[in-house]
Amino acid sequence: MNILSLFPAIPVLMMLGLWISRNTRQIHAVMVTGASLLLGLAIALVFVYLGMRADGHTSEMLLTDSFVWYKPLNIEYAVGVDGISVAMILLSAIIVFTGTFASWKMETDVKEFFLWFCLLSVGVFGFFISVDLFTMFMFYEVALIPMYLLIGVWGTGRKEYSAMKLTLMLMGGSALILIGILGIYFGAGATTMDITEIAALHNIPVEMQKIWFPIIFIGFGVLGALFPFHTWSPDGHASAPTAVSMLHAGVLMKLGGYGCFRIAMYLLPEAAQELSWIFIILTTISVVYGAFSACVQTDLKYINAYSSVSHCGLVLFAILMLNQTAATGAVLQMLSHGLMTALFFALIGMIYGRTHTRDIRQLSGLMKIMPFLSVCYVIAGLANLGLPGLSGFVAEMTIFNGAFSVNDTFHRVVTVIACTSIVITAVYILRLIGKILYGTCTNPEHLKLTDATWDERLAVIVLIVAIAGLGLAPLWMSNMINDSVLPIISHIWN
Amino acid sequence: MDYSAIFSYMYTEIALVGVIVAALVYDLAAGKKGRQAFHGVMCALLLLFIAGTVYPYHKETAEVFGGMYVYNPVYGIVKSILAIGTLIVFLQSDTWIRKEDTEFKRGEFYVLTLSTLLGMDFMISAGHFMMFFIGLELASVPMACLVAFDKYKHNSAEAGAKYILSALFASGLMLYGISFLYGTAGTLYFDDMVAGINGSALQIMALVFFFTGLGFKISLVPFHLWTADTYEGAPTSVTSYLSVVSKAAAAFSLMIILMKVFGPMSEYWQTLLYIVIVLSITIANLFAIRQKNLKRFLAFSSISQAGYIMLAVISGTPYGMTSLIFYVLVYMVANLAAFGVISAVEQNSGGKVGMDDYNGLYRTNPKLTVIMTLALFSLAGIPPFAGFFSKFFIFAAAFEQGFHVLVLIALLNTIISLYYYLLVVKAMFITPNDSPIPAFRSDNSTRLSLLLCLAGIMALGIVSSVFDGINLYAFGM
Repeated sequence: MNILSLFPAIPVLMMLGLWISRNTRQIHAVMVTGASLLLGLAIALVFVYLGMRADGHTSEMLLTDSFVWYKPLNIEYAVGVDGISVAMILLSAIIVFTGTFASWKMETDVKEFFLWFCLLSVGVFGFFISVDLFTMFMFYEVALIPMYLLIGVWGTGRKEYSAMKLTLMLMGGSALILIGILGIYFGAGATTMDITEIAALHNIPVEMQKIWFPIIFIGFGVLGALFPFHTWSPDGHASAPTAVSMLHAGVLMKLGGYGCFRIAMYLLPEAAQELSWIFIILTTISVVYGAFSACVQTDLKYINAYSSVSHCGLVLFAILMLNQTAATGAVLQMLSHGLMTALFFALIGMIYGRTHTRDIRQLSGLMKIMPFLSVCYVIAGLANLGLPGLSGFVAEMTIFNGAFSVNDTFHRVVTVIACTSIVITAVYILRLIGKILYGTCTNPEHLKLTDATWDERLAVIVLIVAIAGLGLAPLWMSNMINDSVLPIISHIWN
Repeated sequence: MDYSAIFSYMYTEIALVGVIVAALVYDLAAGKKGRQAFHGVMCALLLLFIAGTVYPYHKETAEVFGGMYVYNPVYGIVKSILAIGTLIVFLQSDTWIRKEDTEFKRGEFYVLTLSTLLGMDFMISAGHFMMFFIGLELASVPMACLVAFDKYKHNSAEAGAKYILSALFASGLMLYGISFLYGTAGTLYFDDMVAGINGSALQIMALVFFFTGLGFKISLVPFHLWTADTYEGAPTSVTSYLSVVSKAAAAFSLMIILMKVFGPMSEYWQTLLYIVIVLSITIANLFAIRQKNLKRFLAFSSISQAGYIMLAVISGTPYGMTSLIFYVLVYMVANLAAFGVISAVEQNSGGKVGMDDYNGLYRTNPKLTVIMTLALFSLAGIPPFAGFFSKFFIFAAAFEQGFHVLVLIALLNTIISLYYYLLVVKAMFITPNDSPIPAFRSDNSTRLSLLLCLAGIMALGIVSSVFDGINLYAFGM
């Protein structure tokens, strides 16, 4: 068995393990074993991948493997990775690992919660390793549906409404993706579902591309929080339990950006060139509008959800620039945003678990009460607003650098507009930190609260190490991504 | 007459008649102890029948009775699928049929159900409109008796009356259509008739009348008005039989006749189907949202599913036929699982079938709830369950023939359908309830049937050999 197939296989085994485990102790044992195994495997994969590249393997996808699944439709179970997917797999493994610890204190229906959680990770890992349109789409939907129950059963607030809204909107997106995939498959002569082979054929007529490109881009864009299809995101994130918010904002929203890049733009290159301007406008709105919306929210999770809309908008914005630097920045931004938003949601969950409120008007002076959590919150905030030395800076710098290098007025103007989001981000982050962490604590109940426990510290520290690692030594990661972005970008221009 | 050919090609029907006769004799001859074992004996007989007929003994097409009866390996596969569905229904019916007011006529239940199955087999294998019509009637008339089986219940009797009246009306229309065909083409044999089909006005009328007759059996909009009432009133086991087996047989024979007889008029029936599909899927979905009774709810869901099945018919390709059969199989296991749970809950809770009754079911009956959830996910087309694969294949079949907009409409409708399927999931998992249906243990044969369905839901999509096996024999226009 190929090493890549282990990634979806381990969560499946974890589900079996959970099914037979009888108490919380055993459940935790299964989850920690599985999640550590995934994390170890993901780190090993990075080294294997870099080693193979260093040995001179130049083909676009490495570690490939495939076997025929449904012959009449040329459907194969085909796997393979390039630098982009390796980065995404590493991100997913980190978030699954930390998410497990962040939900350590879960009390109701622990077993079921982790079962759905594992199913979600099956979908996520499967999506990133697939190079076959059908399998990719299948895993995509596998990742979506557990959200309904995870939010609906274990969520807070208006959970039923949010869960239904999120599921239906994302499924609407996936309906568009499905018809787009059929369009690509039959447009390319109905001989293969393999992404690299379809790209090599390069025979989809331009008129058809112009129909399918917007459909697929919007389909994936719904998950990537593309304006105006982002409305599920704030409600969904606010209602979801901590680990689910982490996984959803951290990894699942990246499925959108990855899909837009890998399927919509790579397989429909001519349409991507001609129609990208429409989506550039929409994503610019996402970026700025998300940031402004975050400024006026009073719920911690809503603030972070709108901030996610803004940052994920930046991912789509960058890939639409159709050049190597910006696209590398987009992948870096996916990584960076995944890590820091997971950190944010983890911290918010921990604070909420203690104070039982997420309303910033009722929180103040937390720095004295829970110094560890507060310092970490500051670090997350600084990463979010792009402080050099943390991951956000690297990603945004690369994106704006790449975007501004596109040599025409339209692109430069939208880049300048999108750049303002950095300033607005600083406004809401600093306001938030000043409000809830500093000052004097007004609520006497809050004075009795305690700081983080070991499981929470572990989750938070792992994330911070990853964020700082990416920020301080970005080159190895950005080189890996850069090499893999090149074939896609050059395919679009040829 | 060559009797050996009859036996070698009509083995399914002959064996089925054998089972029916055995059931009749057993019903008469069995003593008190024997009647206790009736259920087991019938299931075993049916299992034996399936095991003996599931393998296509001949790989070629053949005709018996001068072309009245046609043998084809694909027909054999479909008949086996129908028989498996019947077996699952039998397994689920035990608790209900053992009740006092139905116990004494359980023999009738088995005989009538198997007679309708025999009718459907003839319908599928027909090579002549007379044969087809006899098969159709054999499938309809005993069905009305089954619907009214709980005749002391007001609902059931009303449902039976509604069913038989609508069925007769539809049959009448169909016969009228067939008479037009006979008048214009001069024959009733499918193979000979193609030469006389030219799309004249009279033949278009014939097509519409014929389609109406079968549209009633498949319960497509606008011929669906009987469906909800009948499904609600009929005993749950009969409803599940009606919603899968009967529907599947009619859909498949519709595809055969449209391709074989109306092949030259394909543009007319494709237009017709186009409209009917859009109506069926959309209207049924919108009505399903409002339902509070789970049997009515599944009635509307099955109407919309019928619309999806027609997506495979409209393509008219071999691949379309494969995806139709596969869809029907997957739909069957999922729908029977859902009805199995409903039936178990109904029998063990004193007849509760309302959606509100299911609130908080997960707390008391987790296993049934999970099966119901997976069945609904499969119906909604969520991977990795079989329904996702079957939906993808029918969409691909229709898309291949250029029905892009139609596929898009159908796809957008899957979101509506997901919404109402999730409403049930929400009731069972999320909505709190102070007095949920208490925990109970359903009987062993129901558990076995649910296990079978569950295995189907989980495995049919991931294991591709079923699809490949069907694809080997499928044919197109």
